[in-house]
Amino acid sequence: MPRYESLLDACGGTPLVGLPRLSPTVPEGAPPVRLWAKLEDRNPTGSVKDRAALFMVRAAEEAGRLRPGDTILEPTSGNTGIALAMVAKLRGYRLVCVMPENVSAERVQLLRMYGAEIIFSPAAGGSNQAVANAKMLAAEHPDWVMLYQYGNEANARAHYETTGPELLRDLPTITHFVAGLGTTGTLMGTGRYLREKVESIEIVAAEPRYGELVYGLRNIDEGYVPELYDPSVLTRRFSVGTRDAVLRTRQLVEVEGLFVGFSTGAVLHAALAVAHEAVKAGRRADVAFLVADAGWKYLSTGAYGGTLSDAEEALEGQLWA
Amino acid sequence: MAIEVRIPTILRSHTGGAKVVEGTGDTLNDLLSDLDARHPGLRGRLVTDDGGLHRFVNVYVNDEDVRFLGALDTKLSDGDTVTILPAVAGG
Repeated sequence: MPRYESLLDACGGTPLVGLPRLSPTVPEGAPPVRLWAKLEDRNPTGSVKDRAALFMVRAAEEAGRLRPGDTILEPTSGNTGIALAMVAKLRGYRLVCVMPENVSAERVQLLRMYGAEIIFSPAAGGSNQAVANAKMLAAEHPDWVMLYQYGNEANARAHYETTGPELLRDLPTITHFVAGLGTTGTLMGTGRYLREKVESIEIVAAEPRYGELVYGLRNIDEGYVPELYDPSVLTRRFSVGTRDAVLRTRQLVEVEGLFVGFSTGAVLHAALAVAHEAVKAGRRADVAFLVADAGWKYLSTGAYGGTLSDAEEALEGQLWA
Repeated sequence: MAIEVRIPTILRSHTGGAKVVEGTGDTLNDLLSDLDARHPGLRGRLVTDDGGLHRFVNVYVNDEDVRFLGALDTKLSDGDTVTILPAVAGG
């Protein structure tokens, strides 16, 4: 095991773990179809966002936008805030996060523990409202630095330079990469890299489909598409509802002992769909999917126990991804 | 031929409050026209003047984003589910 000078250096280089029990069985003599999980919870603050946070902060420092003691502002539903809080602490910045009030309790606790300040936006406005509110705050505080994960090329670049190469090094026979679609940074960066290196790679997005409350009465014109998003990088984009995400999350711990957050359940649902298509077509497949985080900060939702319907109800109205 | 169409809250004013409506059509384009006949104005909220999907609207056929299938020319089959959702941020 390598040694690192400090926590920030221990970012990335995460394990890729085969899932022999969950991978579909193929008919005798048919080419194998295998699932692989990239464990991004094995990062300094426990999520894939550590990569983006570090790259965005470094880029801002190199561009002279961030100086010691500055205040960073960011709209985030949780993981990015937590990652930035750690980086801010170690690099000497103040952090203000704008977050919808319906995120899990653990996220709030973690942020405060790291010293971040939280400004809540109304649950009914969802993440769109958090983004809008953050933009307003940025205008009111021109000395604050909004890294803006939804449009910051360093977010996608983190994955182009680290996640993608790690995947290819560890799984040269990769045929599919499946990840969650949020800011789109992971899929854009990793997707671009893999498309350059692997002919006929499929880049598959799993988008969480929340309860109705989250979409609310939002006018079509108030919609939001992250500036980083370039659909030409994707091959397919699946919408995965709460029930399926929870089902797969539970399946992963029950069958493979892997304890993940619900966004990973959604990703697994899409990964299984493409894996099964490969089986049906008699094609070889090595489907790598990204585990964005583990389940620790979602335990208070109660959705890991009880019936599926109980879990669905528990997550109703929450931003579970 | 029956296709189940899930309507987001913001567009239910066109469907008399209904969350789910039924429609028919060989393609998504046909389906939207079919729906518009019974729910006037619905199509206009989804398709822009130049004939493309509104950029802040996502449409899924059997949970797949139609922009990666055939967009408005996506072929539909009996029993398919079409879901319409406004675009939202995440992360």
